[in-house]
Amino acid sequence: MNNLLHVSSSPHVRDKVTTKNLMFDVAIAMIPASLYGIWQFGIYTALVIVATVAACVLSEYVWEKGMHKPITITDGSAVVTGMILALNMPPEIPLWIPVLGGVFAIIVVKQLFGGLGQNFMNPALAARCFLLISFAGFMNNFSSAKLGFDSVSGATPLAAMRAGNEVDLAAMIVGKIPGTIGEVSVIALLIGAVYMLVRKVISPRIPLIYIGTVAVFVFLFGGFDLTYTISQICAGGLIFGAFFMATDYVTSPITKKGQIIYGILLGVLTGIFRLWGGSPEGVSYAIILGNLFMPMIEKMTLPKAFGKEGK
Amino acid sequence: MNKYAERIYNGIWKENPIFVQMLGLCPTLAVTTSAINGLGMGLSTTAVLVAANIIIAALRKIIPDRLRLPAEIVVVASMVTIVDMLMEGFVPSLYSALGIYIPLIVVNCIILGRAEAYAMKNKPLISAFDGIGMGLGFTIALALIGGFREILGAGTVFGIQIMPASYQPISIFILAPGAFFVLSMLTALQNKLKAPCATNGSAKKKKKSGGCNGDCLSCSGHSQNTAE
Repeated sequence: MNNLLHVSSSPHVRDKVTTKNLMFDVAIAMIPASLYGIWQFGIYTALVIVATVAACVLSEYVWEKGMHKPITITDGSAVVTGMILALNMPPEIPLWIPVLGGVFAIIVVKQLFGGLGQNFMNPALAARCFLLISFAGFMNNFSSAKLGFDSVSGATPLAAMRAGNEVDLAAMIVGKIPGTIGEVSVIALLIGAVYMLVRKVISPRIPLIYIGTVAVFVFLFGGFDLTYTISQICAGGLIFGAFFMATDYVTSPITKKGQIIYGILLGVLTGIFRLWGGSPEGVSYAIILGNLFMPMIEKMTLPKAFGKEGK
Repeated sequence: MNKYAERIYNGIWKENPIFVQMLGLCPTLAVTTSAINGLGMGLSTTAVLVAANIIIAALRKIIPDRLRLPAEIVVVASMVTIVDMLMEGFVPSLYSALGIYIPLIVVNCIILGRAEAYAMKNKPLISAFDGIGMGLGFTIALALIGGFREILGAGTVFGIQIMPASYQPISIFILAPGAFFVLSMLTALQNKLKAPCATNGSAKKKKKSGGCNGDCLSCSGHSQNTAE
C-alpha cells in the first residue's frame, strides 16, 4: 500500500537505457570500421586505436581523481571519444599525436567545461581540429609505403577530385582508398550505422538531412554532375561524421525542428568548405561549428508548453 | 614601502592590468605570438602610458570635467603618434610585426583607464610611477604569454631554440586560439594559487587607498573599458 501511494517527482516511466549502454552501442557500431581499417592499413593502426582510447580513459581518470570528482570512466564516453579520435587519424600517424589529442579532448574540451553533458563541442572533433591545425604535415600524410594495396597510396579521393581527377567509386564504397583509419569504407560504416539505428541509439534525422543537404549543395554548385555528387558523399569523412559525430547527444539539438535546422546547417557548411574552402575536407570543421550554433538553434525551436501557445 | 614603490608593486602584482583587471585584452591576444613581440608591445605601451599620465596629471586642473575624455584622447593619441614614428624609424622589424596594433594603443583601455582613474586625480610624479608600474605589469604579462606561446608553438624563446630539436612545435599556440588557451591557463593557475585576480573574490577584500579596488562595475573607468 505504501508503495502504491508513493509520490515521486518525474520521470515516472523508467527504462533500461543508460549512458553506459548507449556508449557501448556506439563503440560496437564503430567496430566494423575499425576492423576494416586495421585489415587494410596494417596492425599498427590497431595500436593507434588502443593508444588513443587508453589516453582518453586515463586522462579522464587522472583528472577526476586529482579534482576529487566521481570517477566516470566506466560510462564509456571516454572510450567512444578515443575511438572516434583514433578513427580520424591517418594510418601512419606517430603515436604521440593521437595521445596528445586524447588528453586535449578529455581535459580541455570535456572536463574543463564540466565533464560529460557539459562539453560545448564534440571532444574528439575539437581534438582532431586542434591536431590538424598544429601538425598539418602529419595529419595530412595519407600516402604510405606499408599499405596492403598498391592502389591505396597517393592522394585521397577528395584531394583528387579537387585536382579535377577521376575517382573510382566502387573502390570508395568498399574502402580501398587512402584516408583516415575509420572513414575509408562506406560499407563498414553503414553496417555500424544500421546497428545504431536498429538499436535506436541514434535517430536517422540528422545524418540523412546532413548527407542530403551536402548532396543537393554539391549537385547545385558542383556542376550538375551526378557521379561527382555521389563520389563527394562517399569520399572523406562525411558518412562517418554524419552518423557517428553529428549525432553526439551532448552537442546536437534535441528538438525535431532543431535537428532539421542543424542537419541543413552542417550540410551547407560542409558543402562550402569542400567546394571553396582551403582544404578538400571540411566535415570536422562543419560539425564543430554546428556544435557552437546548437544552443541557439535549441532556444529558437523550443516547443511552447501546453496552454502557452498563441499570444 | 614608500608610495612610489607601492605604485610599481601595485601595477606589477596587485592590480596587474592583464591578469587582475583583465584590461587591454585585444592587443594581448593579438600580438603575443612571440616573447619579443609581447615585450615590444608592452614597452611601447609603457612609454605611452608614462608620458600620457604625466601630461594628463599636469593638466588635470586645467582640463574641464566635461571635456576630459576628448582631452585625454588627444594627449594619448599624440604620444602614440610619437612612439609609432620612433618605432618605424628605429625598430622597423618590430614595427612591422606589431602592425596595426601600434596605432591601436590609442584605444587601449589601460591607458584611458589609468588616465581617468589615476592621473586625473593625482600629481604628475606619482602618476608617472603609476604609469611605470602598470606598464611593467602589462609588459611582464605580455612577455609571459608570448613566451609560453613561443615555447609551445615554435620551441624557442626570444628566437633562441630551447626545446630539443626533436620537439614538434604545436603550431596552434602561435595562432589565435593559442592566445586564449595560454591566457585562460595562466588565469586558472592564478585562481588556484589565490593570487589577486579579477575572478578571485578573496583578493577584493584587501583594499588600499588610491587606484582600483577591483570593483570594475562601479569604477570611474568602467564606461571606457568597454570601448575596446
